[in-house]
Amino acid sequence: MSALLEIREATKVFGGLTAVNKVSFDVKQGQIVGLIGPNGAGKTTVFNLITGNYRADGGTITFDGRSLAGLRTHRIVQLGIARTFQNIRLFQQLSAVENVLAGRHCRTGAGALAAMLRLPGQRREEREAAERAAAELSFVGLRGQAMELARNLSYGNQRKLEIARALATDPRLVILDEPAGGMNENETEELIGLIRRIQARGITVLLIEHDMSLVMKACENIVVLEYGARIAMGPPEAVKQDRRVIEAYLGTDEELA
Amino acid sequence: MEQFLQQLTNGLAVGGIYALIALGYTMVYGVMKLINFAHGDLFSCGAYLGLTLLTGLALQDRVGPVAGLLVLAVLVVVLVALLGAILERAAYRPLRESPRLSAVVSALGASIFLQNALMLVYGARFQVYPSGVLPEIAVSVLGVQVPLMRILVVLVSLVMMGALYLFVQRTKVGTAIRAAAIDQGAARLMGIDVNRVILLVFLIGPALGGAAGLMVGLYYGQIGYQMGLLYGMKAFTAAILGGIGNIPGAMVGGLLLGVVESLGAAYVSLAWKDAIAFLVLILILIVRPTGLLGERVAEKV
Repeated sequence: MSALLEIREATKVFGGLTAVNKVSFDVKQGQIVGLIGPNGAGKTTVFNLITGNYRADGGTITFDGRSLAGLRTHRIVQLGIARTFQNIRLFQQLSAVENVLAGRHCRTGAGALAAMLRLPGQRREEREAAERAAAELSFVGLRGQAMELARNLSYGNQRKLEIARALATDPRLVILDEPAGGMNENETEELIGLIRRIQARGITVLLIEHDMSLVMKACENIVVLEYGARIAMGPPEAVKQDRRVIEAYLGTDEELA
Repeated sequence: MEQFLQQLTNGLAVGGIYALIALGYTMVYGVMKLINFAHGDLFSCGAYLGLTLLTGLALQDRVGPVAGLLVLAVLVVVLVALLGAILERAAYRPLRESPRLSAVVSALGASIFLQNALMLVYGARFQVYPSGVLPEIAVSVLGVQVPLMRILVVLVSLVMMGALYLFVQRTKVGTAIRAAAIDQGAARLMGIDVNRVILLVFLIGPALGGAAGLMVGLYYGQIGYQMGLLYGMKAFTAAILGGIGNIPGAMVGGLLLGVVESLGAAYVSLAWKDAIAFLVLILILIVRPTGLLGERVAEKV
């Protein structure tokens, strides 16, 4: 299996703080990979480097053999990387289905002029986009809430809606930033099922998560960061027994105690 | 009753024009959080371009009165939309990453530039539209004789507003505009090219403003290079009245302002016409600081 996403010595410096320090790892096609580490370890920064929110200060990130350096964010989405956010960033004043349609935008070609003239090709495209949006809503289990405003959805459902919106962009890699944040056990269990179904569609998944049961159950490969550096990498069983990982997590507990 | 209906229809015509201009302010504000102070001057450009094309091309003599007017309207709308796009490229895009105040200063500069350009090209005196572009007949509405031109202004502005509303609410491009207005960063991460959305907003807003300028020229007959100032200010008031950033708000605010102003001028005092308009603004902002349809937006930290 070839690597879909290759991160080599990625580095990001904020002022005097090296948030991400020469981090390297691969995400192979079709895998579910977890990125874990204590708070402030640089996980979200890595995500922001991949999606072009931040410009790396060093290292390379290649997606499907293509360097992402200098690409604008919406171009990276067009290449096939979609994401969700740790602090939900839905379009709160739009309905659920409109949020998903916004994600569909980059895969439809008809421009504003065609839309104003209501050209036949554009109308077909609008219809297909609407069908696809409905399909993604059912996929995450929100079919009944299509017309609901995003802000009126429960927290767990907002997280699902973010996933539906990301899937609507036709990604090959979907990046989930703490998808289980604020979810109860049942919802987390459901989420694991959803992540597996995303994988079954042939979409590669990279996720950040603090819920260890989710990470251990769902991920085939885990990358552990601490203070911006990679301290371990491998399958869940191996990572669980890694001395440095145990120190990174339990060490903080001891200091607190 | 007669006077009331005359003033009401007049108010709707003026209000429709305010609303068309207000849409340009509110759409740009919605997406960029910037007041495009040059917008009123794009409206003036529409009036002047309309005059030049009307007298220069003599379209009405060539293709007939109705078709000539339609071609004229399309030309004005397209040209002013292009001016808007050029303005965005030249005055705002280079400042996209700068503090917001820089763009505001750039907007003021662009406004002065356009005003002076109009003055240099057309002169500082008022210009007069030729008469007889449309037959000067009156139509009976509820037993009152209303000039045809006034009815056309009301209808055209309502149709344009309706079309814009459907475009923004129903199409995918419209959804992209609304998404970018709510969260530019998230919109980018969903694959929306925000730069294109901004360009589009700078095509649509000026297009509507240009149409309004042409209608003012045809309706009142007289135009001046500084006309954009007062109309722009009134339309800006209308946008705030309805809730800045809110598209239906700009429509409602514009119509309401036009009617209130027109009735106020008739029944209260003609001299206080403009003061009444701004008094309405102050009153509404005291009761509803976010405007009629505006939402209470939590301050981002």
